Amino acid sequence: MTEPLLHVDGLYKAFGALQATDGVTLTLMPGEIHALIGPNGAGKSTLIKQIAGGVTPDAGRVWFKGQDVTALSTQARAQAGLGRTFQISSLAMEATVLQNAVLGALGRAGSVWRFLRPVMRDAALVAQAQAALERVGLADHAATRTAELSHGQRRLLEVAVALTLKPHAFVMDEPMAGLGASGSKRMTTFLDGLRREAPILLVEHDMDAVFALADRISVLVYGKIIATGTADEIRADPLVRTAYLGEEDVA
Amino acid sequence: MRRETILNAVLYLAMPVAAALAFAMDEPFLITLITRAAIFALAAVGLNLALGLGGLVSLGHAAFFGIGGYAMGILAHHAQTYSPMIDSWIVIEGTKSMPVIWLVAVVTSALAALAIGALSLRTSGVYFIMITLAFGQMFYYFAISWPAYGGEDGLSIYVRNSFPGLNTLDPMQFFVLVFVILSAVLWWMGRLARAPFGLALSAARQNAERVETVGLGPFRLRLVAFVISGAVTGLAGALFADLNRFVSPTMFSWQMSGEFIVFIVLGGVGRLFGPVAGAMLFVLLEYLLSPLSEFWLIYVGAILLLVVLFARGGLIGSLAGREVAHD
Repeated sequence: MTEPLLHVDGLYKAFGALQATDGVTLTLMPGEIHALIGPNGAGKSTLIKQIAGGVTPDAGRVWFKGQDVTALSTQARAQAGLGRTFQISSLAMEATVLQNAVLGALGRAGSVWRFLRPVMRDAALVAQAQAALERVGLADHAATRTAELSHGQRRLLEVAVALTLKPHAFVMDEPMAGLGASGSKRMTTFLDGLRREAPILLVEHDMDAVFALADRISVLVYGKIIATGTADEIRADPLVRTAYLGEEDVA
Repeated sequence: MRRETILNAVLYLAMPVAAALAFAMDEPFLITLITRAAIFALAAVGLNLALGLGGLVSLGHAAFFGIGGYAMGILAHHAQTYSPMIDSWIVIEGTKSMPVIWLVAVVTSALAALAIGALSLRTSGVYFIMITLAFGQMFYYFAISWPAYGGEDGLSIYVRNSFPGLNTLDPMQFFVLVFVILSAVLWWMGRLARAPFGLALSAARQNAERVETVGLGPFRLRLVAFVISGAVTGLAGALFADLNRFVSPTMFSWQMSGEFIVFIVLGGVGRLFGPVAGAMLFVLLEYLLSPLSEFWLIYVGAILLLVVLFARGGLIGSLAGREVAHD
């Protein structure tokens, strides 16, 4: 059996009386999209932060490529090859779109301690950045100030910056948010192809996208994973129907 | 050409042109005044790397200015009294050589910035301002209470230090020396802002999370920026002491740190020539207003208030518009 690339093993995290993560175990296998869904306040963002860095769990381990990364900083996890996009866009807003992408390429190259030559004249870095922008369809906006991008375009840029890192796995927090119907469809097609490069742990509210993309779906409710399975299994699961999908017919 | 480029060129040339005019009119005092503006500009250019590009509001840069000043004062004091600085198992003599003094000033202020930065960069916002202020005041009170080098009265150096091939006591020659150093540092700072380090540092100011997510460490970026920043301000301190042929604890005072920030805010935060414009304006106001009233700083305060309220980008920002993202 192939080893999981990412293995979250028995994570617990409490904020005071609130048990935000309650014994979560999940895996991300090579080549798959594993979607994480759940109602608002289920603890998805807290879980993502424990996986990608930012929040330290009370108990449990996060393994990435067979290495225990639980105690590592966000920075070290990124260096290890974890590409992350944020729910609320986290970009250098005063910089241009291209500069944000170059920053990603720079982070991957690790050649930040250079104090003389203009970074935007570094042909290799700029080429990587431009290639990433082209893949998400932002090449025409390369010279735009990031603050002037629409909400949806910022999500695309987040993905582009993650691409420049050439990560071994992606952790994406709601990449479809604010994209609109056609943008959402394009992103779905894009992520569908991307899984062959690196598997994706996908937190998403857009259920059409989730059911279209996910090889496996895990449902998080009150910090616990109540079900994991294929799209069909999740649709049919009675626990999920009552706890999360409610009474509405999702089939 | 971009408007800011033209404005920078005008500001840059204003100093040597003014100095040449003063030279032609045989007004050595004016040359010294322009030199003073250039040295203040250099100190603030150093601070601008931390404050403008890095977003680190240091209210303790007088510490580095003073360290540079005392590096000059102490070395020259031992040289002029013919007493070795350290006289035990090794003997270290003082010196009157400017290049050596500059090197010592840069290295000592960089080391101080490394220590102060390593501690204070663990905080941010108001706490960072307060901690840097506290470090600056520590140096101030230490200098006051250290009798070996003049204590509160400071140290007088009788003859300006020497630079090979120049008569440094000649105001014009000393100005040229200062101006060349300022030019070199400005050139480097312009490159630095566009270099990989500059992009990462400025991104860390805008969004530290973003920088971490691409695998870079904001703390180390800021620390290196703080060290370079402190070293440049330290070099300015050595030149300032040489200009006055005098060092005193006031170089360490928090008012000094505040003035550097005022130069930057007046001129334009994070703009390459912001500190130059600010320092020139400040020295000009000092020259024009101080004969009129003992309370001339009130007018400077009023102008600063107007700039902060109505011209957020400072002098450069209001004349050249918003900063253009580098190509």
